[in-house]
Amino acid sequence: MPQSSPTIPKFPALPAVAMRALPLAPLSISMTAYARRVAKSHPGLFRRLGVHDHARFVLDPTDLPFVICLEPNGGTPRVQVMRGPGEGAARIAGPLAALLGLVHGAFDGDALFFSRDLVIEGDTAAALALRNAVDDAELDLSQEIAAMSGPLAAPIKRLIGFAERRTGVSLTRPEEVGAW
Amino acid sequence: MVMEIVCPAGTPAALRAAVKAGAHTIYCGFADETNARNFPGLNFDRTEMREGIAFAHFHGAKVLVAINTFPRAGDEAIWHRAVGDAESCGADAVILADIGLLDHAARSHPGLRRHVSVQAAAANADMINLYAVEFGIRRVVLPRVLSVPEIAAINAETEVETEVFVFGGLCVMAEGRCSLSSYATGQSPNMNGACSPAEHVEYNDQAGVLSARLGGFTIHRAAPGESAPYPTLCKGCFSAGDKSGHLFEDPVSLNAEHLIPQLQKAGVTALKIEGRQRSRSYVAQVVRNFRAAVDAADAGLPMPEGMMAQLSEGQSSTAGAYRKTWR
Repeated sequence: MPQSSPTIPKFPALPAVAMRALPLAPLSISMTAYARRVAKSHPGLFRRLGVHDHARFVLDPTDLPFVICLEPNGGTPRVQVMRGPGEGAARIAGPLAALLGLVHGAFDGDALFFSRDLVIEGDTAAALALRNAVDDAELDLSQEIAAMSGPLAAPIKRLIGFAERRTGVSLTRPEEVGAW
Repeated sequence: MVMEIVCPAGTPAALRAAVKAGAHTIYCGFADETNARNFPGLNFDRTEMREGIAFAHFHGAKVLVAINTFPRAGDEAIWHRAVGDAESCGADAVILADIGLLDHAARSHPGLRRHVSVQAAAANADMINLYAVEFGIRRVVLPRVLSVPEIAAINAETEVETEVFVFGGLCVMAEGRCSLSSYATGQSPNMNGACSPAEHVEYNDQAGVLSARLGGFTIHRAAPGESAPYPTLCKGCFSAGDKSGHLFEDPVSLNAEHLIPQLQKAGVTALKIEGRQRSRSYVAQVVRNFRAAVDAADAGLPMPEGMMAQLSEGQSSTAGAYRKTWR
């Protein structure tokens, strides 16, 4: 019997509308710098992409008014934030919380695919390689932001923790609860 | 004795997650066509395998290396090298399907424990005992076509350990004998290590209707809100005349967690979880669930409530052939 999937929080509509006014060029520059920092600390991620390490991926948070085009570029990634559908080898679309949950290993990609919370279009092999590479990298995006923030790291971590608890969105890599 | 949980790992991170979640044993493969989950971004290079095995051993878990495709004529050396590398990386056993490769492993690596893969479709005691006599196999992974009484009958007639699937993707065919994927893509799980290789799969979402194409053929359309299956021909939904339906099999996953006490009574040694293509999140959740279940079975306690429906293909599950009402 089909079962309901866990509820994926949606980005609130009002702030999403307000984000239409965001200047995209500075956002792209900061996200490129951020991606390059992640690339430096996780070189294995790009090795695992194999022949797809120069593909262009369109990451589409469906509850935000822009898409994120990511080019791994062999380990020197470029990020372009843009309005409209964007063009690339593969498109991975879903609510922002689903995409962040995938990055942090809080959700299983196949389960999100079964429940239709995640849509993949275009080059399926490239999309699969990216998903598997990210899953293996054990990323913690908040940790990376905190590490870039110098003396503000501690308050930023606290702020992110507060936002995570309030929204239910996976903003950090969850602690592995296990047998040991 | 507690039944052994044999858990999949498609990446080193998944292996670590499995160990931390309490898996007794992890199975994984090299990043090439020698294993039957040869998908982009998955599997282990030689260094990762050596490090993964060392990590598992340090925490008291075992690692089995699946080299379970059928060697291509003229290229047997690739498969031979994989067996040798598995041994030098410290693998506790190799999981093999091909008779020639079993013979090579038995002759060239006699100290390396050998298991027969589900891909060999060894479904009766005579066949299993022949593998034991000829190639010294210690364990067989039984195909997913047997009922619990049939598994008990096999165990009554063999000293070889049996391992059975209890959770994950379910094939409609006897494993190792399915070529459906190759009709549409030119590649099969048996020779190339991938059923429905990703480079032949294409999805298209139009107004919420998700179409899946394999090798250019539309094999499934999911209406808005309807769960999506894997893009395999055996789970495809086809139309003929005025009828549409899943010609071979509904998109469901195997879940035999409630049969664990019966499988234990039937003499099964190990319970296998499918899903080397799945994430570390899946691995951790499924392992925790099954570890709790086998510990409960060992203590004579009731099975814990299942928690895994949302991880299942089609978000539905079945006990498959274990409760066979068909022949």
